[in-house]
Amino acid sequence: MNAPFLEQQARQTLAVVDCDIHPAHRTPGELLPYLEPRWREHYQTYGVHVRQALSSTLMYPRMMAAGMRTDALPSAGPAGSDLDMLRKQHLDPVNVEFGLLMALSKGGMEERNPEFAAAMSRATNDWQIDHWVRQEPRLRAGIVVPQEFPEAAVTEIERCAADRRYVQIMLSSRPSDPLGHPRYWPIYAAAERAGLPIGLHPVGYNGGHPSTGSGWPTYYLQEHYVFVACMEALAASFIVGGVFERFPGLKVVLVEGGFAWAPALAWRMDKHFDKFRKEVPHLKQRPSEYLRRHIWWTTQPIEEPEHARHLVEIIDWIGWDRLLYSSDYPHWDYDNPSFSFKFPMTETQRRKIFRDNAMALYRLS
Amino acid sequence: MSRHVVCSADELPPGSRRTAFVDGREIALFNVDGRLHALLNRCPHGGARICTGVVTGIAQSSGPGDYRLERHGEFLRCPWHGWEFELATGQSWCDPRTTRLRSYDVKREPGASLVKGPYVAERFPVVIENDYVVVETR
Repeated sequence: MNAPFLEQQARQTLAVVDCDIHPAHRTPGELLPYLEPRWREHYQTYGVHVRQALSSTLMYPRMMAAGMRTDALPSAGPAGSDLDMLRKQHLDPVNVEFGLLMALSKGGMEERNPEFAAAMSRATNDWQIDHWVRQEPRLRAGIVVPQEFPEAAVTEIERCAADRRYVQIMLSSRPSDPLGHPRYWPIYAAAERAGLPIGLHPVGYNGGHPSTGSGWPTYYLQEHYVFVACMEALAASFIVGGVFERFPGLKVVLVEGGFAWAPALAWRMDKHFDKFRKEVPHLKQRPSEYLRRHIWWTTQPIEEPEHARHLVEIIDWIGWDRLLYSSDYPHWDYDNPSFSFKFPMTETQRRKIFRDNAMALYRLS
Repeated sequence: MSRHVVCSADELPPGSRRTAFVDGREIALFNVDGRLHALLNRCPHGGARICTGVVTGIAQSSGPGDYRLERHGEFLRCPWHGWEFELATGQSWCDPRTTRLRSYDVKREPGASLVKGPYVAERFPVVIENDYVVVETR
């Protein structure tokens, strides 16, 4: 008698792993205590160096409502800076078992001064543990690295990797060079040694390139879409550059870049691989095989096709074990797990996407 | 239909908003320049509690280069994804995007170039009776 009721209860209370939560600094100087005196003074004298002309805002059409949910503003500080609000607004009601932090603001990813970039990354990582993970056992940190200075990035990975509260290495999806470039390979070697996935997330304007290959977008609608274009270009670069051939244990997670494009990219690359094989003799498998073996995708903001079930066919191709739920809290395009999937899923598929895939990939427990 | 006293009228002055639990439902109440609106406090698109959204107008255009913000104060913009709902009717003004929901009636307002979507925020009648705000639920 009770079985159907219990099953229903289980579905509604399914614990989820959220692979994209953004913590913010409550005060501008929040990182200062985590910097050595030399860099503290540098920060206070010169400030941080974002790779664009305007220091206090982003260069091109970003962001709607400063990029934030308008209901996520705490009484003090910016959205995402209040742990208690994060608990009440997201972790508790959504039943988040683990939440992965993506620390974007003033890390080392966009800093041009190499030593300062390393210091800022180090400070950001210590701050994540101190302010968030130690206070809230459901949270896990991502290792912020000075990604344009791979030697320093490796040092930072090796400093943090033994601590299981760090579960991945964060890279910007707007790097100076496509990430398949050999100059980044020391980072991948370190990731493979540490057994940690690489998580790619869009940031501001790393590298200073226009966010599309055809210049700057005019509207925020365009700008938001080109997260996808960046991810496609980087996925192709990883694959064709031979990164996965050299580092067979490397796992890459594409965060907030969509996933419905993946089959099309793979089909296109496979088709041409048959003709251009001699150009890339270092590839031993077809591009789609690397894609499906080494790349994972997060769901937010999920594509919403006219026929919601079209996504099922796409996920069938990508693999139900490759997709990870993400919310993007506290950003304006936040996805609540109860509303974001507008197509039916089996209980097994639901469990994989909401929890089990991430538990396995990030070795959470 | 049942009638529920929510608060006294001076607890909902022009420009203010509040929420109330009525029949187990959370309802968001707005006083926009003296006009009272009551909507179910849940966005039909993504589930946000829409009470904290911005009260705004609707951007209209007859073509590129022409932008007019009209009907100021008549729309509520959801705090998450920015979907806009007409306060007086609960009607969403975002595009329809799923087959199932396409079967809803789509109406075109005279002079408007936007197509109303299938998502409608649930709305309740609200009146002031002897200086109390009263919501009617169905």
